[in-house]
Amino acid sequence: MNARATLLLSIADDELILGWRDSEWTGIAPTLEEDVAFSSIAQNEIGHARALYELAAVELGSDADALAFDRPPEEYRCAPFVELRLMDWAHTIARRYLYEEADRVRLDALRRSDDTELAGLAAKIDREEVYHRMHAEMWAARLRDEPRFRAAVNELWPYALGVLEPQQRAELARRVGLSDESSQAVERGEHTPELTELWNEMTEVRRSVPGASW
Amino acid sequence: MIFEVFRQERKGQPFAHAGSIEAPDAAFADAWAREQYGRRGESEALWLVPRDSVHQITEWADEFDLKYRRVDGYSIKSRLKEARERAGNTSAVDR
Repeated sequence: MNARATLLLSIADDELILGWRDSEWTGIAPTLEEDVAFSSIAQNEIGHARALYELAAVELGSDADALAFDRPPEEYRCAPFVELRLMDWAHTIARRYLYEEADRVRLDALRRSDDTELAGLAAKIDREEVYHRMHAEMWAARLRDEPRFRAAVNELWPYALGVLEPQQRAELARRVGLSDESSQAVERGEHTPELTELWNEMTEVRRSVPGASW
Repeated sequence: MIFEVFRQERKGQPFAHAGSIEAPDAAFADAWAREQYGRRGESEALWLVPRDSVHQITEWADEFDLKYRRVDGYSIKSRLKEARERAGNTSAVDR
């Protein structure tokens, strides 16, 4: 697989898996308003994943659904960060916040890329991400002095670093006010056991009738 | 804080009350209202108004029953029809 397809799949897998994880809050978020907002953001992320899979599919002679659902879990390129099952609001918001900040660094770089197709898609995705960041940052600002939130951010920080390429990590550290040098990043490539559980559930319907068109 | 949400469906249309949002501050109200009332592209614009800022009037004084101020029982429809007929029957030359 070439570098472009690998990059596209890495980002698409991040967005799909995080979108899936965040959608686990649908119906049980702390307030009704947050439930609607959080679920909507999770859906947006899955929409971004679809657009990225479609680009990758041209490269790989496949289609978006096949890339999203028909690969075995070990072939997914997502960072362990998005796989974690965090059924606690402090950790969930900490991840949302750290992910959005990391995603901004990544999208900024893609928008400047010579690959005009990818740069265009990154700019389009970023127009939605503005509101995701607004949502994440307002929560982070509100919970800044809450010990559970601070502990969650510190705990997840090495995972967040693993979302980005090594040369992009200092920028993320600067944005969130943490150090990228004192932490060992949890790198992309290895998967957590949580991914297999998620994959089993996520692909269950599609696997039930292989080849069906839905 | 409770924010009253007014929604404009299309440009130029009046804003209509759509519901309310309970949020700790304006930033949360913005993020929540955006998703609650706009994620399906159903709104051109939203107004978020803190409920405290709404000056409400519910008390009315009409002690002397000034019926002549109202239009109850006055059929404008038939009068309008008559007026139209008159206008139609009048030629430019007569005027």
